[in-house]
Amino acid sequence: MTATPRLARKAREAEPDIDQLLDFLYQMQLIRRFEERTGEMYTKGKVRGFLHLYTGQEACAVGALATLQPQDKVVTHYRDHGHAIARGMDPNRVMAELFGRQDGVSGGRGGSMHLYDASIGFLGGYAIVAAHLPLAVGLGLAANMKKENFVTLCVFGDGSVGEGEFHEALNLAVLWNTPVVFFCENNLYGMGVSFQESLSTQVTTLAAAYNMPAVSVDGMDVTAVYRETLKAVEHCRAGKGPYFVEAMTYRYRGHSMADPELYRLKDEVEKYRKRDAIDRLKARLMEGGHLDGAGWEAIVERVEKVVEDSIAFADASPNPPIDTLFRYVTKEPGDA
Amino acid sequence: MAQVTVIEAIRSALDEEMAADDRVFILGEDVEAGGVFRVTEGLAAKYPGRLIDSPLAESSIIGITIGAAHYGLRPVAEIQFADFIHAGFDHMASEASRWCYRTKGDAFLPMVVRTPWGGGVHGGQHHSQSIEAYYTHLPGIKVVAPSFPSDYRSLLKAAIADPNPVLFLEHKRTYRLIKQEAGEPGETVIGRSRVTRKGSDLTIFAYGLMLHESLAAADELAAEGTECTVVDLLTLQPLDVETVLEAAKATGKVLVVHEDTLTGGFGGEIAALIAEHAFEYLDAPIRRVCGPDIPAMPFHHNMESFFMPDRTKIAAAARDLAAY
Ligand SMILES: Cc1ncc(C[n+]2csc(CCOP(=O)(O)OP(=O)(O)O)c2C)c(N)n1
Ligand SMILES: [Mg+2]
Repeated sequence: MTATPRLARKAREAEPDIDQLLDFLYQMQLIRRFEERTGEMYTKGKVRGFLHLYTGQEACAVGALATLQPQDKVVTHYRDHGHAIARGMDPNRVMAELFGRQDGVSGGRGGSMHLYDASIGFLGGYAIVAAHLPLAVGLGLAANMKKENFVTLCVFGDGSVGEGEFHEALNLAVLWNTPVVFFCENNLYGMGVSFQESLSTQVTTLAAAYNMPAVSVDGMDVTAVYRETLKAVEHCRAGKGPYFVEAMTYRYRGHSMADPELYRLKDEVEKYRKRDAIDRLKARLMEGGHLDGAGWEAIVERVEKVVEDSIAFADASPNPPIDTLFRYVTKEPGDA
Repeated sequence: MAQVTVIEAIRSALDEEMAADDRVFILGEDVEAGGVFRVTEGLAAKYPGRLIDSPLAESSIIGITIGAAHYGLRPVAEIQFADFIHAGFDHMASEASRWCYRTKGDAFLPMVVRTPWGGGVHGGQHHSQSIEAYYTHLPGIKVVAPSFPSDYRSLLKAAIADPNPVLFLEHKRTYRLIKQEAGEPGETVIGRSRVTRKGSDLTIFAYGLMLHESLAAADELAAEGTECTVVDLLTLQPLDVETVLEAAKATGKVLVVHEDTLTGGFGGEIAALIAEHAFEYLDAPIRRVCGPDIPAMPFHHNMESFFMPDRTKIAAAARDLAAY
């Protein structure tokens, strides 16, 4: 089974048109509800293990991934459901993977933090923080060596910045002129530690120190994310080397399902909820006369159906077989 | 004395060592607030400035621990999950393990690296690993892997007092598994294993969560009339060779259990040692019940159960062995 990356009906324009904005709204709402319902599935015991929800950050995935072409690649961190869906991964198969079932994208081997679907250039969620940054540079190197014009979008959290691999990857990406967009979702915290306590400078200052163009953008404004990431992607595609985008955002839920959230005040969460990306885009479209109450209701209904279908699909999918667990330890002749 | 969980036992050991010696400090991710498993909860308020939150930087956490230990402090580093320690492996292998050796004993490293390991929590490939075998291969590093609260407590105190680098492995499924009296320090020492249960038919060697599973299997077999000796290895490096050989010789039948994958796992070392030094005492081939040779803990709970050895699998192997 292969999916098609959500894509580009036409060449990317610097400013999204109304159709595209309506699609952004739909996608953000889809991710929002997918995550909320996933949280409920966790409480019900359908999803187990470690679960990190993406609510609040939807504009990052939707705005950034909308700038990509089918041949482009995405690697991301473990908070990866939103990116997977924005890239066009079938929500049914994402939910099935979260349930650990046979029809999940990795047949239940991966789970929430390790989604993967090469057919849409989604080359993985990674739960070892910052481990995928050098990997992205390797993809960029491959693009250069094979003379293929694909861009790698590498998404990570502010927590990555402390790891040595972050610095090694940025340096090498510049030295070797690799087409990699480093996309930092700065949600102010790495688990319970605020990023000011983790970093001696600004994220973009660091990127600039490696001689990489770097921009910081309102990550709760989908149009702004789209606009700035598009510049970054085009820069890469033109062979000008890597580019850094820092998206300032906020996660509404705890770090994971087991986070008592002692490090922040309820007020702070409320403050950011007032800047909600979905509410803002919805208001903007309504003010412009491009969306009315009925139009919004239609989006909500469409989303509910997709999300409920994904749960039904996951629930109906069988548990994965045990007797094939020794398969694919290594690639064998004849493997598909 | 009160009954405590493993978490509480570890916390009390840290607390007492910090109270007794102000060179002891804790370095790791989120440790100030108590850490993911709440082990260090409450200590920051009690010992201001001695719980240091690090950004995500495992390589540097271990490297810095070496530097601080070298200059007279007694750092206890926490790596949030054993799965994240690999970036720091270089420091452990290339520096910590040989510091004493290359300076002919002039320099030494009184440091501890604590880390939660093991599966059974649906953590999938990046939150379930067993890492002991990488480190038992490094002479110069001590590797400790307890199972009971009292041993966690006394071995952690011993590790902090030890002038050598100690990798202190905390199986996360044992954290809240049982409560027990905390025990006095010194009751368990680094480098000694313990016969936890005595039986004449066969000997099971285990550590960590698998020790508990082995004891449960031994109960099952006892009900069928087969008596097992169960040895809690406790320290993997340096290994208590004497206790291992004695326990093997006493029954002539040996079952080695670990959660780590079979090939290259620590069980091979136990088997080799017994084959080398107790061959004439053996009445059956040595058996191993270990994780399968697949590269990562799969996510779905059925698959995870397939991966994890447990009392049923251990009892089945023990039954076979007893009948041999
Ligand atoms: C190498 C490594 N160290 C530690 C962890 C544990 N851990 C998981 S997520 C996280 C915080 C990461 O924060 P950030 O990168 O900002 O991402 P966010 O959770 O905010 O999306 C930590 C410490 C890990 N997964 N990998
Ligand atoms: Mg963050």
